Amino acid sequence: MAAQSTIEQRERPASPSGPTSTARRPAGAGTTVARFVRKTWRPAAVLVAIFVVWWAVTAANLVKPYLVPSPGRTLDVVLAQSGYFAHHTWITSYETVLGFAIAIAVGVLSAVVMVYSPTIEKSLYPLLLFAQVIPKIAIAPLFIVWLGFGLTPKIVVAVLMAFFPIVISTVTGLKSIDPEMLQLSATMGAGPAQTFRKIRFPAALPHLFAGLKVAATMAVTGAVVGEFVGANEGLGYVILQANGNLDTPMLFAGLLIMSLLGVVLFVVVELLEYFVLPWHASRRTDAVTTSL
Amino acid sequence: MTSMTVGNTAMQRPTDATATGAAVDIDQVAVRFHTKKKDVTALTDVSLRIEPGEFVSIVGASGCGKSTLLKLVSGLLRPSSGQVRLHGEEVRGPRRDIGYVFQRAALLEWRTARRNILIQAEMRRMPKTQARQRVEELIAMTGLTGFEDAYPNELSGGMQQRVALCRALLHRPPVLLMDEPFGALDALTREQMNVELRRIWRETGTTVLLVTHSIAEAVYLADRVIVMTPRPGTVAEVINVDLPVERDYGQTMAAPEFARATGRIRDLLGATTTAE
Repeated sequence: MAAQSTIEQRERPASPSGPTSTARRPAGAGTTVARFVRKTWRPAAVLVAIFVVWWAVTAANLVKPYLVPSPGRTLDVVLAQSGYFAHHTWITSYETVLGFAIAIAVGVLSAVVMVYSPTIEKSLYPLLLFAQVIPKIAIAPLFIVWLGFGLTPKIVVAVLMAFFPIVISTVTGLKSIDPEMLQLSATMGAGPAQTFRKIRFPAALPHLFAGLKVAATMAVTGAVVGEFVGANEGLGYVILQANGNLDTPMLFAGLLIMSLLGVVLFVVVELLEYFVLPWHASRRTDAVTTSL
Repeated sequence: MTSMTVGNTAMQRPTDATATGAAVDIDQVAVRFHTKKKDVTALTDVSLRIEPGEFVSIVGASGCGKSTLLKLVSGLLRPSSGQVRLHGEEVRGPRRDIGYVFQRAALLEWRTARRNILIQAEMRRMPKTQARQRVEELIAMTGLTGFEDAYPNELSGGMQQRVALCRALLHRPPVLLMDEPFGALDALTREQMNVELRRIWRETGTTVLLVTHSIAEAVYLADRVIVMTPRPGTVAEVINVDLPVERDYGQTMAAPEFARATGRIRDLLGATTTAE
């Protein structure tokens, strides 16, 4: 049939692997690194600029050194007491990562349960909201009373902080599935477990990762809040001590390391997203990317 | 193209071994939806008999229950009264022995074209080698060759719909349900897809139920066109399309029988009849 062959020619672009398909997935390490550099040089430049301004302000003696220490002095403190900082950073990282991990497990699980059971959703939602709106700094002392002076109350506060965005984003993701997709799955004879594993959960992953990125930074805050209330180790403790001694270089050093911790966790989640969801990451516009 | 060898009519087509009698039998079916504010009767007193291998189009105003009819046949929806039978067997829940194509291709974004087609086999736990072979067959048949490894967002609307069609045909369903499959395509692509669907139907011998808004599409593709009334939807008239099995697109459009059928449908749907 002549008509038919012309149809196929007309609809098909000249080459099957057009320009769109080549830019799709990370082809190898080389291109990945190149992409990373291309994506991160701008925020890196801004960061450097901030350091330069900070240095200029202190070098020109515009502010008293005991109010704002110079970058050099701050760095000196870190280097001089690297063991001290390493220990407290390790403690806070441990609380953060453990709290984050527990929040993911509990958050995703409760989201799944809530999506599949409207009754449970209706009964759990108010409780969830209550847990979210209550100021963590206000209930943290209670956890110290209940759980003691160790790391557990800090981890609990971190979980509490990170839990909410994960639940909300996972519920949204699981609910935003195309209903036709579920009907299609039914006509394929798929059971609920198969539909969840092959269609519903993968489709929810972009939403889940958005929640994870928020939760990652919240987990750090949670751990530090826990330490503020009562601790003898961790970065929150370091900052509190430095504050009491009016030791601003130490205070600045603690703050910097703490922010770095949050950024590192965020970037880890973003990298994970990049490798788990290449189909999604490549479609997002570059405007909202890493905060690095 | 093997147009000469498959040039038999729909009636002479060899039927499925299990298919005794009608492929689809809709018997005095009514569907009522209950909402908070009011009860809506979507379909009332619909009776329809579709023979194996037949191509039937369904047209009607928006909201007349055309899509509801397909959902009934697939078992995704239960009728409020009446009965739907698929190959003599009453439809009680979602049926696996059908293929479904929606207006939106509904592809999984994280899967390539080939793996989007293969999901059908995975869900059905079909033997892998058999499924792979069938996928290649379908890719060749629908003109997807060269696009097997492309992701949905790299494919045009027409190509995406081809993938959806392959997925619906993978398990050789005796009945294919299509709910405005080309509604989102541009006019030219739509015509091309019509020609290809006609060819694919003749190659596979599947019974097809096609819901469409395009009168031309309905008449060009089908043996019979079901015209439905506005809500509550029921069958207004069944138009037999007396066109040859071999249908060249251009010639068919110009055929007097085509004009008669489309004219009659337009009258029934209440559209203003302009000079043809």
